[in-house]
Amino acid sequence: MQQVFKRPISLKDVQTHFCPGCHHGTIHRLVAEALDEFGVQGRTIGVASVGCSVFLYGYFDIDVVEAPHGRASAVATGVKRARPDNFVFTYQGDGDLAAIGTAEIIHAANRGEDITVIFVNNTTYGMTGGQMAPTTLVGQKTSTSPYGRNQHKDGAPIRMAELLAQLEGVAFSARVAVNNPKNIIDAKRQFKKAFRYQVEGKGFSFIEALSACPTNWGMNAIAANERVGSEMADYFKLGVFKNTDNM
Amino acid sequence: MTKRLFVKGNEAVAMAAIEAGCRYYFGYPITPQSDIPEYLSRELPRLNGEFIQAESEIASINMLLGASATGVRAMTSSSSPGISLKQEGISYMAGSELPGVIVNISRSGPGLGGIDASQSDYFQAVKGGGHGGYHIVVLAPSSVQEMYDLTMLAFDLADIYRMPAMVLADSVVGQMKEPLVPNKRPAADLPDKDWAVRGKGDGEQRVVKSLFLGDGELEAHNWKLYRKYQELKARECRWEACQTDDADLLVAAFGSTARIAKTAIMMAREEGLKVGLLRPITLFPFPERAFLEATERTKKVLVVELNTGQMVEDVRLSVARDAEVAFYGRPPGAGSLPTPEELLEQIRQHY
Amino acid sequence: MAKIVIDEIRCKGCGLCTLACHGKLLSLSEKINIQGYTPAAITFPEKCTGCALCAEMCPDVAITVFK
Repeated sequence: MQQVFKRPISLKDVQTHFCPGCHHGTIHRLVAEALDEFGVQGRTIGVASVGCSVFLYGYFDIDVVEAPHGRASAVATGVKRARPDNFVFTYQGDGDLAAIGTAEIIHAANRGEDITVIFVNNTTYGMTGGQMAPTTLVGQKTSTSPYGRNQHKDGAPIRMAELLAQLEGVAFSARVAVNNPKNIIDAKRQFKKAFRYQVEGKGFSFIEALSACPTNWGMNAIAANERVGSEMADYFKLGVFKNTDNM
Repeated sequence: MTKRLFVKGNEAVAMAAIEAGCRYYFGYPITPQSDIPEYLSRELPRLNGEFIQAESEIASINMLLGASATGVRAMTSSSSPGISLKQEGISYMAGSELPGVIVNISRSGPGLGGIDASQSDYFQAVKGGGHGGYHIVVLAPSSVQEMYDLTMLAFDLADIYRMPAMVLADSVVGQMKEPLVPNKRPAADLPDKDWAVRGKGDGEQRVVKSLFLGDGELEAHNWKLYRKYQELKARECRWEACQTDDADLLVAAFGSTARIAKTAIMMAREEGLKVGLLRPITLFPFPERAFLEATERTKKVLVVELNTGQMVEDVRLSVARDAEVAFYGRPPGAGSLPTPEELLEQIRQHY
Repeated sequence: MAKIVIDEIRCKGCGLCTLACHGKLLSLSEKINIQGYTPAAITFPEKCTGCALCAEMCPDVAITVFK
């Protein structure tokens, strides 16, 4: 018998702090698999953000710079400009990227920085206790939208993958989910495409991954996983919104 | 014959950065420092460097953080309101023990204030302008030549002590033209940057971070930073003492104000008043010992600043117990730069 | 012939693997692991085809697959 499924080399063999059923672990693994696939682990510099994703260096066996909240794509810009031969990616949550770091992500994307951005959208601020995020769905109750998100007062959730696809500097933008094996297999494909853009020096690539947050949604893991495929994927459509190689 | 140039203080900063080996600049336009990014946007591409006009001061300080984490020499510059925005990144750089040079050609405030020369950012610069209780190196040039020399020193001190270093000036020294000797980068014994991220290859993982959650980790980290500040105080204080040996009154001023004070002191000397100037060049570390020693002999000190009294607090903490410290300040704004005659009058009053 | 090995210490008992298995061979056990979770376990291991979908689904990379 041969081992047909094993932990990627780029992912440390350690226990994560993620809650049961949180998709961060799966997304971490897919990123690590893509690093392994392209053989870039040794020349990768990851940029960690603030939120549940902050412990990137604890889980990935790569060099890491920790960025202030929202600033990962600016930090990654500095890293990549100084070391253009390194593979540079950021890993950011929705509060980080789509609220406090909106200016940084839009301008890094618009400059066409040769980096890859992994954006984990779980419709809430996980680390701080489930407050309303820019991606919180209309009507969704959170600890700071106890009556449900009100579109007239809070705006509608931001679709970052579509928004960034509009920018000339963006080479690749896609949204994936990891809530079932089919979506995971497809997500793997998209991660590899996104990474290939940077490996080939073709510009800014962006992957938005929908994620469950059972703890802050007040659901068990199975129900939270189900919500990703129904309510979330309904509003945040899965797909590729820009793929310049095919244009 | 030594080459002499006639340049603006801001240009001298940019020239010095290049001479010091800095090839990465990230900034955002703001008066009165825009000559710095303008100069570097022209020169860095020719040197295979990178110039980015960022979307904000916040982005530019974080680009500096990222570049610096890879071990290269990098800088940003701005003026007071922009430096306020950079405080977040400066705190993270201090916490992550990252070198990097920040130039503040400060302007008057608070708020949008005005574009006139100002020393109102003294507290912000020397007391740790962001959260978390840290310090950065702060150098205060008072001439175009010092704008050049101290910028190079800022890069060296930042690398040696693994912390951000600021050049704190204003439009008087930033915008004026003076003769400049473009000195070669001085030889310095710089430590290896064995902490910089580079892609681990077959080596050890390197992490640049300021998060320390383990029991006792953050306390130990803060004590480590504290020891560096103590080391800076012991080794790196710089000041200029001018005619202090026989002085009955010491005038203490830094940067642009010290230039005006120097003229006033010359005028006072012509009147027979024994007045000297003690000018801190490093604002952090503050030359405490220089003030203590000078006031063991001279018991009167007049502090002059372009604000309502900031450095005067550090002077009061440093002087001999029986020294009297008086203060004369002008809050910055159009028309508030004191004249030599005005300072001479203050010298007469406090003599 | 195929088999899976579930790292009972790493498993957080989220149950997502039970959704992925076509043969419905996985379920959460009654016993509690060192983390305080009820880890997944395989019933009828002889029926496992080694498709690895459970492992793909596991957020904690707690399943290894042999075939």
